[in-house]
Amino acid sequence: MEQVGLSSSWFGAIWLIPTIPLVAAAVNLFAGRRLARGAGLLASIAVGLGFVVSVLTVFALLQRPVEDRVVIQHLFDWISVGRFTVGATLRLDVLSAVMILVVTGVGTLIHVYAIGYMEGDPRYGRFFAYLNLFVFFMLLLVLADNYALLYVGWEGVGLCSYLLIGFWFEDRRNASAAKKAFVTTRIGDTAMLVGLALIVSEVGSLDFERVFGAAGGLAEGTVTAIALLLFAGAIGKSAQVPLHVWLPDAMAGPTPVSALIHAATMVTAGVYLVVRSAPVFEASGIALTVVLVVGLVKALFAATCALAQDDIKRVLAYSTVSQLGYMFVAVGMRFYSGAIFMLVAHAFYKALMFLGAGSVMHGTEEETDLQRMGGLIRRMPVTGWTFVIGALALAGVFPLAGFFAKDQILEIANHTGRTWIYVVGTVGALLSALYIGRLLFLAFFGAPRSEQAEHAHESPPVMTVPLVILAAGTVLAGVFLSNTAEGTMSRLLEPVTGPIPTGEGLPTLALSGIAIVIAIAMLGLAWWVYASGRVDWLVIRERLAPLQRAAARGWYLDDYYSTVFVRPGLRAARLSATVFDLGFVDRTVNGVGGGVRRLAAAGRRIQTGFVRSYALGLFLGAVGILVWLGIRL
Amino acid sequence: MRTPIAYFVVLSGILFTLGTLGVLLRKNALLIFMSVELQLNAVNLALVAFSRMHRELDGQVLAFFSMVVAAAEVVVGLAIIVAVYRRRGTVDVDRARGLAG
Repeated sequence: MEQVGLSSSWFGAIWLIPTIPLVAAAVNLFAGRRLARGAGLLASIAVGLGFVVSVLTVFALLQRPVEDRVVIQHLFDWISVGRFTVGATLRLDVLSAVMILVVTGVGTLIHVYAIGYMEGDPRYGRFFAYLNLFVFFMLLLVLADNYALLYVGWEGVGLCSYLLIGFWFEDRRNASAAKKAFVTTRIGDTAMLVGLALIVSEVGSLDFERVFGAAGGLAEGTVTAIALLLFAGAIGKSAQVPLHVWLPDAMAGPTPVSALIHAATMVTAGVYLVVRSAPVFEASGIALTVVLVVGLVKALFAATCALAQDDIKRVLAYSTVSQLGYMFVAVGMRFYSGAIFMLVAHAFYKALMFLGAGSVMHGTEEETDLQRMGGLIRRMPVTGWTFVIGALALAGVFPLAGFFAKDQILEIANHTGRTWIYVVGTVGALLSALYIGRLLFLAFFGAPRSEQAEHAHESPPVMTVPLVILAAGTVLAGVFLSNTAEGTMSRLLEPVTGPIPTGEGLPTLALSGIAIVIAIAMLGLAWWVYASGRVDWLVIRERLAPLQRAAARGWYLDDYYSTVFVRPGLRAARLSATVFDLGFVDRTVNGVGGGVRRLAAAGRRIQTGFVRSYALGLFLGAVGILVWLGIRL
Repeated sequence: MRTPIAYFVVLSGILFTLGTLGVLLRKNALLIFMSVELQLNAVNLALVAFSRMHRELDGQVLAFFSMVVAAAEVVVGLAIIVAVYRRRGTVDVDRARGLAG
């Protein structure tokens, strides 16, 4: 570990990485209207600069010996109360290095794409200000060296998420989707804050090093409570059961937002938090099992929901939830580098598909209903073929990023003797291939099923070039970061995450074979049903109507929450508003006011305005005092 | 032969009572003002008389002070009365009821 100042070697520039987007956000916020189209350019350049600085510092980091790849930059003392201090301190190690590269790299592409996508929006400058602000908070989150600073970033990205989901707040549904996202994640955040308070009271510090050093010495119950409270925060942020309901609705925001915040970066913050806090989770033991179960449930559950959505963005949203579930499964098996690898791969192909969906909407007059698409690949070839790459990656086809990521996780499950996890995970993978195949073939293949699909047009290069770059990343990431036992990613992350678990099971080749066969078979099935023209999928849909409706509505979880929490909550609010507020608080306040008024009304009778009566009062008062003095003498 | 102190005190009391009655019963601001002066001088008389009785100068000094302050007060008071007359055309204190609650 090394402490660096602001101007020592390359690492002195670490603080610039989050600061550049912050400055750009401030400029866009105050002068965005005057910059007009320049706002998008400025924002993109700011994030791009952040990416360049990230690459340089990460490169410098990798020049150092493996056991020495941690750099700490203390900027200033933030909180100092007695012996408890929190510094604004940044930490660059291999884990945060991967994260800043993803955030700034994918972020830059999405910013560039948004220049085209948001063209002509009346709040163009403000959009990019929010987007930059988000990047700043996200970078703060992953670069923080203590939980307090991490929490600042954590809440900051939540705020930006809220602002951007409700960016087109004129539509009431967007505004309420934003509110839902904010309130739902808030539940997890509050639990997390309690967890942080518990850490402070037990350890006396929020610095990562000290917390992790002390984690092993804490009582079993305490450390489990801390781990579960932190995980509750991760559940909210990463949209896991039971707090996932906000993510599908969050698609109300502009599509670049869905890609950046609700697929590539913010929702992965939960995974990052758990990986970062691994020593705490490992000290507890049971906490990791909870993570595993939650992840597994979500991976499967969300995949079934994704299968029944008709809105292109909602399919992708549920898919994101499901993929995040896989990441948590990996974390739960202590396969941290696998989770981060999946995070990176997912950032590429999910951002790619979201931006592709945005491009489709752009080219078809904001059409999002899969039933009214079809045959788009002929009208918009770049969008279509890059989307195919993204879909193949998600389905887990060799040799794309998604294949390596998912395959490694399932392999570890098999090799560590967790057969049932392997089976459920494979079923989830099967569903993933099926739903993404359905999306792909409904949207891009077959015959056009609406006027808009008929007359779709390809998006401008400012939108398609990022798609191509992301598609290239999706292909190359798998090859370069391929995560075998001696693979680059796990070796790179070893200083933070430790060695990956090993064991005996089916040979790797057989497992990969099974995975690929399943993926291709499911894609084939999707093609046969939705694009070959040999099957009328509308009839199948009709026959499975109750099932389809239930899955489309997320198995009625929203309705359940509405009955159990929202409506009683509203009723309680109304009760306290009428009975308590009006009946008690208001009456008390009004009563005090009325009493003073009545007292004053009585008192003002004395004020007759007759000077002589005042004089009489003076005289009588003087006499009274004299009499009193006389009596006392 | 010295005049007994009681004479002065009684005279002072009579003057003060007259002044008080004037303040309470008169309506004309000028007359009220004069009555106030009468009260002040009644007290001055008492002060000087007691001062002589005790053979100390404190009371007389205080009387001087009270006279000087009274002179200053006359200046301000008369100015106010003139201003009130200019504004309202009367110095009847019962008709100046702007402070009624």
